[in-house]
Amino acid sequence: MSDPWNEGPKAAAARRGRSIAIALGLVAFVVLVFVVTIIKMGANVIAAHPA
Amino acid sequence: MTDHVVHDMPVSVAPARWQDYVQLLKPRVMSLVIFTALTGLLCARTPMNPVLAGVAILCIAVGAGGSAALNMWYDSDIDARMRRTRGRPVPSGRVQGADALALGITLSLFSVGLMGLAVNWLSAGLLGFTILFYAVVYTMWLKRSTAQNIVIGGLAGALPPAVGWAAASGTAPLNAWLLVAIIFMWTPPHFWALSLYTQSDYAKAGVPMMPVVKGAASTRRQILGYSLLLIPLCLAPAFTGLGGAIYLSIAAGGGAIFLALAARLAASRAGDVVDERLSDQALYDVRAGGKAARNLFAFSILYLFVMFAALLVERMLGVEPLHLLATLKGMAL
Repeated sequence: MSDPWNEGPKAAAARRGRSIAIALGLVAFVVLVFVVTIIKMGANVIAAHPA
Repeated sequence: MTDHVVHDMPVSVAPARWQDYVQLLKPRVMSLVIFTALTGLLCARTPMNPVLAGVAILCIAVGAGGSAALNMWYDSDIDARMRRTRGRPVPSGRVQGADALALGITLSLFSVGLMGLAVNWLSAGLLGFTILFYAVVYTMWLKRSTAQNIVIGGLAGALPPAVGWAAASGTAPLNAWLLVAIIFMWTPPHFWALSLYTQSDYAKAGVPMMPVVKGAASTRRQILGYSLLLIPLCLAPAFTGLGGAIYLSIAAGGGAIFLALAARLAASRAGDVVDERLSDQALYDVRAGGKAARNLFAFSILYLFVMFAALLVERMLGVEPLHLLATLKGMAL
């Protein structure tokens, strides 16, 4: 496992875990905003062009 | 800055893991918030895009987590002195206070912002108010200054059904506030029953909980008083077109047990001995003297859970709510 700050294996593993958690959180947030945008825009499109 | 943040820069005993940050969000409390908010959202009986409903619940959960992190940041001095809480991430030194503060602010802002943009601004406003009320009014002010701390502060824990209702319908009618009122009135007997057998912690930490300030006998009487107010409130949804027959039978049957336990507690000497716990972390393992308080504490959780679950089940099964108030009016005319 990489340990660029020479902080010991336990601290390096904890840092890696935190980094992965932040990355997953950010990706989830981006996906969420994308999906919400599509839904909101979709509703507006349907409202503007009723069948 | 006040002198309470004495543990802001503790000596770190172990590197912070991502699980420590999850613990800052009080996941058990968060699950209760999700449950009550979901009940409010579904009881609104308003069609809603399921993805947006999920986003609304997620925002409420994240907002609850953010306010919990702010609470853990501010209360780290109190938590360090209480046996039940001294293992939390900030007092134990695994997470620095400043990190908990940053996480709390970030999650609070993101949850309110996303709720407003994705759902509606009434629910976002109510969510923001809930977070502020818990983190500022309760945590920073009431908790340390008055024995009525959990009575008034209980509003923060009571609001999620109204946030959920507002998310679904864009309104917050009387029935939404009835759910809020039930949790609000449930909070004092629930927390005071617990504090009757954990009061040594609160006394040591300087938190003016009711048994510490007014004594156990007064607390037991007040628990009975609040219980007498709570049960009619729990029956009210069957009168206002919110709860059906399943709900009414559970609220009435459970209410009778609740009152019996509160009366037994009032007649007991629970809390007269300062601490009845068998171990540091024990919430349910107590000596004989604390059993009346422990029984009410445990049953109060079950009672609230089953009542809200009944509302959810009725909604899913399509059980029609009762309108006993309208029926009574019709009979009177």
